[in-house]
Amino acid sequence: MTGTFVGMPAFPEAAREAVRDRTLRGNLRHATHTIRAKRAGAVAELSDWAALREAGRRIKDHTLRHLDRYLVQLEEAVTAAGGTVHWAADAAEANRIVAGLVKATGESEVVKVKSMATQEIGLNEALLEEGVHAYETDLAELIVQLGKDRPSHILVPAIHRNRGEIRDIFRSEMKEWGRPAPEALTDSPAELAEAARLHLREKFLRAKVGVSGANFMVAETGTLVVVESEGNGRMCLTLPETLISVVGIEKIVPTWRDLEVFLQTLPRSSTAERMNPYTSMWTGTADEDGPSTFHLVLLDNGRTDTLADEVGRQALRCIRCSACLNVCPVYERAGGHAYGSVYPGPIGAILSPQLRGTGSEIDASLPYASSLCGACYEVCPVAIDIPEVLVHLRERIAQGGPVTRNGNKVVLKPAKGHAAERAAMRAARWAFSRPGALRGGQRLASRTRRFHPRSLPGPGRAWSGTRDLPPVPAEPFRDWWQRTHGGKDAGK
Amino acid sequence: MSSRDRILGRVRRALADVPADGTPYEQAVERGYLQEHGERTVEETVDLLAGNLADYRAVVHRSDAEGLPGLIARLLGERGVERVLVPPGLPPAWLSAADATRVDDRAVSTHDELDRVDSVVTGCAVAIAETGTIVLDGSPDQGRRRITLIPDHHICVVRVPDQVVASVPQALGRLDPVRPLTWISGPSATSDIELDRVEGVHGPRTLEVVLVSGE
Repeated sequence: MTGTFVGMPAFPEAAREAVRDRTLRGNLRHATHTIRAKRAGAVAELSDWAALREAGRRIKDHTLRHLDRYLVQLEEAVTAAGGTVHWAADAAEANRIVAGLVKATGESEVVKVKSMATQEIGLNEALLEEGVHAYETDLAELIVQLGKDRPSHILVPAIHRNRGEIRDIFRSEMKEWGRPAPEALTDSPAELAEAARLHLREKFLRAKVGVSGANFMVAETGTLVVVESEGNGRMCLTLPETLISVVGIEKIVPTWRDLEVFLQTLPRSSTAERMNPYTSMWTGTADEDGPSTFHLVLLDNGRTDTLADEVGRQALRCIRCSACLNVCPVYERAGGHAYGSVYPGPIGAILSPQLRGTGSEIDASLPYASSLCGACYEVCPVAIDIPEVLVHLRERIAQGGPVTRNGNKVVLKPAKGHAAERAAMRAARWAFSRPGALRGGQRLASRTRRFHPRSLPGPGRAWSGTRDLPPVPAEPFRDWWQRTHGGKDAGK
Repeated sequence: MSSRDRILGRVRRALADVPADGTPYEQAVERGYLQEHGERTVEETVDLLAGNLADYRAVVHRSDAEGLPGLIARLLGERGVERVLVPPGLPPAWLSAADATRVDDRAVSTHDELDRVDSVVTGCAVAIAETGTIVLDGSPDQGRRRITLIPDHHICVVRVPDQVVASVPQALGRLDPVRPLTWISGPSATSDIELDRVEGVHGPRTLEVVLVSGE
């Protein structure tokens, strides 16, 4: 796979490229508007949506607050049900564990259920280095993998591709990976889906090892849950002899009953359906039904660091529904690739810089990839206040401060490139605490308004390059108020 | 230090700012949501199930116990089904009128053998009206998970009204998490190409649900 998120440019630069691509913008607009309208309808069917959202928020918050206890409980339950639990502190350790488990089976290929966690750790690439081929089996992931591309949406990874592009990819690439596409393949979605069915079926039927993530893990019972639509998930979860599930530690819910909240809110928020076509639930191994060996790899990889941030930890409530992507005006125009992360859109803008730290240019730029309009918070089924976390992270990046990295408390230095912003804020603080100086400055600005430049010089140029500078009024507001209302006593 | 201890230690340190809280879980989360959306009679609940199943492109049939064998025979006959998969505990009467060769659900069957079967007939554990979902739990009348996955045609018999619940919360209350569970809402589908819904990718492309009364 040539597509990689490493070395991605910062968001503004990557987005500038993307917004010039008319096909991309057309594909994105069509997809996000379609699903946005459908979602509103699906949510409106449940009169208790607000209560479900609040319960979801509380369940997740409670779980995070007692995460250590629930992780241990889950481990006991999974073990008792015949599974084996592994713990991975970071991506490298998780990849090592999975590669070791696959090699122990003697197999050199695995079939995969679409999983954000395994993308996050770069599992496919790590397995390839060990000589193991990982086949993505979700239709959109297949399109991405065959196209040597990167996913651009949490739920619909190939959202940036239209049917014509998909047909071209299938025609040219399927033969490299297995059964070729039919000769006369057209761009009708039904034919494309049929081509994927035939291509993948031979892989499903021979696969001995399956790799998945999970949408939920129930601490009380040790049950794992995967929701999907196509049946590729069921194939990977039930046909192989060995199943390896890599799951972030934040995906726990305490009790079986808690699923009643999320199985109502997740499908409606993500695919705008009353229920997704298939949901699989398994608890350890079952006699002569499905895999005889089950491994669960519990993944930290920055999650405990995120948990240490009092404001930012709410991002761990995320159930990966992607509703926030579909309503975001920035995502709609820039697309998922510009975020340089497997988690794009508003949730990616707060999750990625927390999981990975803000050391790189792309991660430091992500909290700025937002208009702060708040639409993402409105639709979030677990009520993550994304704008609040965005502002919090912006402050952290511009000013520095204490953070936790790899379990250790460190003090972050102010990021480069924010000197002008800091100087402006310092100047504002000085002026706002001196009313006389503020008034004098405003009057001076009004009187000289004819001479103001249209764009800013120096470090402000990048900002004004894509925005109109607001004109300074002919008269400061305070002077106008004084003149027309006679000051504070005018109303009396 | 093992990664287990490292991760659990990090979790505890990360939560050092959070005050201790000993509230039992049952009281910690307020559940102000509904257990059922709207008031319906039993018949209305079954109608809602039928409507929602059909909305997601399942083919819905209704029958009484007496007419069931004839209906199943007809559904299999119309498709020219030669081989039909049968879970071990399927009531024998259900297939008593069908001509197709019966293939037993056996652990030793290979995936390729199952791939050569045309149809599968099962019962279910519970059906959810509000979402149009049937849930299988691997009981003897439903068999292993793979038998309802590999064949291209699935006939699922739902006993009404006994096996029908209104909502997701009610369904979870009836299910045993120890069993492997498969929730099915309409046939396999994808929306990955321009968000156009296409039925039938890897699972059965045709799902027929028979709502049978008096069984």
